[in-house]
Amino acid sequence: MAEKKTVWTKKDMLGLEYLSKEEIELILYTAGSFKEVTTRQIKKVPALRGKTVVNLFYEPSTRTRTSFELAAKRLSADVVNIEIETSSVRKGETLIDTGRNIEALKIDIIVVRHNCSGAPNILAQNVKARVVNAGDGWHEHPTQALLDMFTLKSRLGHIDGLKVSIIGDIAHSRVARSNIWGLTKLGAKVTVCAPEMLIPDGIEKMGVRITTDINEALDDADAINVLRMQFERDGALAFPSKLEYFKKYGITAERLNKCKKNIVVMHPGPINRGVEMSSEVADGKNSVILEQVTNGIAVRMAVLYLVAYAKGVE
Amino acid sequence: MNGQYLIKGGRVIDPANKINDTLDIIISGGKIEKVGKNLSIKSGEAIDAKGKIVAPGFVDMHVHLREPGREDEETVRTGSRAAVHGGFTSVLCMPNTEPALDNPAIVKALKDIIAKDAACNVFIAGAITEGRAGKNMTDFTKLKAGGVIALTDDGSPTPEKIMQEALKRSKAAGLLLIEHCETPELSAGGVMNKGFVSTKLGLKGIPSASEYEAVKRNIELAKKASARIHIAHVSCKESVELIRKAKKDGVKVTAETAPHYFALTDERCSSYDTNTKINPPLRTAADVEAIKAGLADGTIDAIATDHAPHTDSEKDVEFDHAPFGKIGLESALSVSVMELVDKKTLSWDELIQKLSSNPAGILGLESGKLSEGSPADIIVIDPDKEYALKQESIESKSKNSPFIGWKLKGKISTVFVGGKILMRDELML
Repeated sequence: MAEKKTVWTKKDMLGLEYLSKEEIELILYTAGSFKEVTTRQIKKVPALRGKTVVNLFYEPSTRTRTSFELAAKRLSADVVNIEIETSSVRKGETLIDTGRNIEALKIDIIVVRHNCSGAPNILAQNVKARVVNAGDGWHEHPTQALLDMFTLKSRLGHIDGLKVSIIGDIAHSRVARSNIWGLTKLGAKVTVCAPEMLIPDGIEKMGVRITTDINEALDDADAINVLRMQFERDGALAFPSKLEYFKKYGITAERLNKCKKNIVVMHPGPINRGVEMSSEVADGKNSVILEQVTNGIAVRMAVLYLVAYAKGVE
Repeated sequence: MNGQYLIKGGRVIDPANKINDTLDIIISGGKIEKVGKNLSIKSGEAIDAKGKIVAPGFVDMHVHLREPGREDEETVRTGSRAAVHGGFTSVLCMPNTEPALDNPAIVKALKDIIAKDAACNVFIAGAITEGRAGKNMTDFTKLKAGGVIALTDDGSPTPEKIMQEALKRSKAAGLLLIEHCETPELSAGGVMNKGFVSTKLGLKGIPSASEYEAVKRNIELAKKASARIHIAHVSCKESVELIRKAKKDGVKVTAETAPHYFALTDERCSSYDTNTKINPPLRTAADVEAIKAGLADGTIDAIATDHAPHTDSEKDVEFDHAPFGKIGLESALSVSVMELVDKKTLSWDELIQKLSSNPAGILGLESGKLSEGSPADIIVIDPDKEYALKQESIESKSKNSPFIGWKLKGKISTVFVGGKILMRDELML
C-alpha cells in the first residue's frame, strides 16, 4: 500500500496544493488509526507527550479551535490558545514578531487561523516551529478538506472516480479550494456550482468542471459539499435575498430525491438552515455533517502527529 | 574630480547620434570633448573599455526617492547613489512624498536637498492636484517656475474632469503630463493580478481592465485636447494595443514600462513574497509577450524602473497588508539584458535607446546622448559579466527586490555624471 511506503518530510502543513497524493493518503491512513483512539473509553495516547501546541487564532472560530485543541490533548500534548482579543496583535505587533515570540516560549507546533490568505505561509518561512494551517483567508483550509475526504472515504470506501460537487460561494471559500486540490489529486471528478459572480477566474485550471445550474451539479453526483453562504460579502450582490438563493441553489428533499440514492451530503458548518439547505436534508439520512465533526479530531491528530515527527526536519 | 578622462577602446553605442562603433571618448571640464578613433590625452586618467559597451548614462523617468517624509525608506542621497550604481545618471522623482510636491515652496526645499545630496541629476515631477487628493488642481505655472519638469499624481489616477483641464493647462505651461492609469472602482481592495493565480492564492484581484479602461479614456482626452500625455508603467496587453493604435492615429502619446513587467508574471506571487506586490500588478505570460512586442515595435518608448523603496518592517507582513512597490534601479539593466537582448527582443542599440535617449527626449533633457559638448553623463557596461544580486550590495536604503538571489548578467562598470567619475570598475566611489 502506498500509505505505508510514504514518509512525512514536510515541516509544515500549509495546504493541499503543496501535498502529493501519497502524502494526502498518508494523512488519511494515519487518521484511520487515530479514529479508533477517539472511540475508546480512555481517549488518549502519549504520542505528543512533552510537545506543546499553540492555537494562534486571528479569526474567531469555535469549532476548528476546539477540534484542534481536543486533537492535541488526545495526543497528550500541552495546548495553549491565543486569540486575537487577548493577544498583543492589536498593539501593532506583526505576525512574524508574534510567531517568533511564541517560538521563544519553546513550543513545537503553531496552528494558525488568519483572515489573510498566505499568512501561514509567511509565518512558516519565519519560524522553526511546525506550522499547521487552520484556515487562511480565501486560500486553504486543508484539515477541513482532509476530514471531508476522510468522511467520504469512510462512507463510500474510496475517493478515486467519485463525482463530487461543491456548491456555493466558491470565490470566497478556502474550503472549496482545499477540497478541489485534495479531491482531484485523489482522482475524484469535481464540479463547482455557484451563481456566475461567485465563480472565481480561472478555477477550471484547477481541474474542475463549472456549472451555474444546480440540477447539473446534483445529477449523477456521488457526493455534494454544500458551502455556507455568506450574504455579508459579494453574495449580497449575486442574490437579492436568502430566499431567492434557497430557491435557486438550496438543497431540498425534493432535489435530493432525484439524485443517486446514497448521495453523501456534506457541509463544513455552521449551517444556515433554509438558505443553502433545508433542515430536512441537514438532518436526513444522506447527511454526514456530524460525522464530519467527529472525524475532524482524528484527521487533526494525524496532521499534528505527522508534522511533529517529520523526517529530516530540524 | 572634474578632470580629464579618456575612455578607450570600448564599443560606443549612442543611438541618438546613430553611432555603434569602437571609439574613444575624451571628457574634459564636465563635458564630452571629443568622440573619435585613436584619441589620447596628455594628463588625466585613461579608462580601458575594451570588450565593454560605452553608452549615454541612463535616464529613469519614474523613481520614488521618498524625500521629504519617508527618509526611513529612501533619501535623495541613497536613491541617487542607487541610480548611479544601476547606470542611471538622471532620474525623475515622483511627487507622492509626505507632504506631496504640490507647491513651489516644497519643491524649493527638495531642490536644496538635491543640490546638497544628489549623486546624479535629479529632476522633479510636481503633483497635478493638491495633496494628490484628486480635488483641487495645483498651479502648474508656479510649479514650473519652481523647477518641476513634469506633472503627475502617480500612485493615484486623475479623475476625468480634472484630467480634461490638466491636459489643457499642462499644454499651456509646457509641462509633460504623466498618468498612472487605474480605475479605482475596478481595482479597489485588489492586491495582485486578477486571474487563475489570484484565485489559487485566495487573494483579491486587480483586473487588467482597471488599467486599460483608464488608458483608453486618457488617450481620448489627450486626443480631444490635442495635448501630450505619457502613460506610466504599462503592464498589460490591452494597454499596449490601445497605445499602438493611438500612435498610429497621431495622438501625442508616449509610454513606459518597467523591467518587472517583462521579466515576471503573477506566478511569482505564489510564495506570498510581498516584494512581488506591485501596482499595477505583475500580469500573465501573454501580457509579458505583449509588453515585449510593444517595446520591439516602438509602441513603448521607454523603460523606467518605478523604483519604490519600502522598509523590511513594512514588507514583512501579510500580503494583504504590505504596501505596493519594489526597488528597481540597481537591477534594471541586468534584467533588461537577460530578458530583452539575450532573448532577441531588442538589440543593444534599441535597449540603450529605451533607457537613455528616448526618456531624455520625452522629458526634454539634453542628456541621453554622447554628442561633443554635451554633459559627460557616460556609463561603461560589462555586457557579459555574470553575478548574483546580493542584498548587501544594494545601495538603496530599502532592499525590497524580488530579484535578490537571482543570477544576473550585464553589469555597470564605470559611471560619469557631469564629468565626475562616481563608479569605477564596479566600485562606488
